[in-house]
Amino acid sequence: MAETAASGPGMPQLDVTTFSNQIFWLVVTMVVLYFVMSRVALPRIAAVLADRRGTITSDIAAAEEYKLKAQQAEDAYHKALADARAEAHRIVEAAKADIQAQLDVQIAKADAEIAAKASESERRIREIRDSAMEMVSEVSQVATKDILESFGGKADAASVSAAVAARLKAGAAS
Amino acid sequence: MDQFQVKALFGGDVSWYTPTNVTLWMALTVLAATALMVYGARGRALVPSRAQSAAEMTYGFIYKMVEDVAGRDAVRFFPYIFTLFMFVLFANLLGLVPFAFTTTSHIAVTAVLAFTVFFTVTALGFILHGTKFLKLFWVSSAPLPLRPVLALIELISYFVRPVSHSIRLAGAMMAGHAVAKVFAGFAAALGAAFFLPILAVTALYALELLVAVIQAYVFTILTCVYLKDALHPAH
Repeated sequence: MAETAASGPGMPQLDVTTFSNQIFWLVVTMVVLYFVMSRVALPRIAAVLADRRGTITSDIAAAEEYKLKAQQAEDAYHKALADARAEAHRIVEAAKADIQAQLDVQIAKADAEIAAKASESERRIREIRDSAMEMVSEVSQVATKDILESFGGKADAASVSAAVAARLKAGAAS
Repeated sequence: MDQFQVKALFGGDVSWYTPTNVTLWMALTVLAATALMVYGARGRALVPSRAQSAAEMTYGFIYKMVEDVAGRDAVRFFPYIFTLFMFVLFANLLGLVPFAFTTTSHIAVTAVLAFTVFFTVTALGFILHGTKFLKLFWVSSAPLPLRPVLALIELISYFVRPVSHSIRLAGAMMAGHAVAKVFAGFAAALGAAFFLPILAVTALYALELLVAVIQAYVFTILTCVYLKDALHPAH
């Protein structure tokens, strides 16, 4: 404080004698600082910032492109999957149809065989039945003739066979 | 108040060209600003180092301020505004170094800065808009009888701008340093209770750090506001 008192009353800020000195050095300082900033520092930083912005933009574009590619790959994959599914479905359907056709053929064949066997069997049954009927009528005639002869009757072959046939027909009808 | 004294570095009287502590601390201000903006950003790296990041953030902060406050066409004044900000910021911060001389605590310095802005902006307004620049004082949205009164008030406030612009900065700087000095004086006088004023000085120092940055910010943003008036004078 003693020094202040020595250099005059009041604040050093109001000491007009130092103003010219301060203003001179301020102007020098500001000019120097302005040139350093506007010629060196600011263009450099602006370039770095622009550079970074460019890099980021191009990186984002590249990322976008990769994303698109990935999307395409995914689409292709899905398409291949769908194709494979359709193909598999088609194969299954073809196999099913094939089997069905074979089955139909086999069934038809089996049906035909069964029908043939059935008709054969029917024919043989009819034969057996016919022969049985013949044998029955023959046996009956012989038996009737024998019975009549044993009773001492004279059997006329024609009338006996007629009577037996009539009786047999009646028996078959009842 | 001897911390505000302008002294010749090598003795002798202070004439207009004498290298003084003003010279020294202004040179250090330039060096500090250069260290951050040129040396710090020397890597020009895509992924910035810490110093480069700080330089870029400062750049982006002021650039955005100029763009937002003064408009896109004010960007051509960006180097000038940036220089102002760097000077005030580093002068304020270096002033907080113990035994430092705070160049921005001197009204002569801040007044030159403020009046430079004032004259530049006023001249710019008249160059860009001619007499239409005077519409700045003619509040066309107000009722007609009020307009002359408002014009007078606007005119006064316009001419007070450089005064408040400069005294705000110098006053804030000077007051902070003076208060710190007073508290430091208490510490010597109180004896055993010396730690109380020292705590107060510590707290005050943190506050002053804040004030140093805020004052630089305020000085810059006001410059942008004045520039906006010159570029777009219509209300």
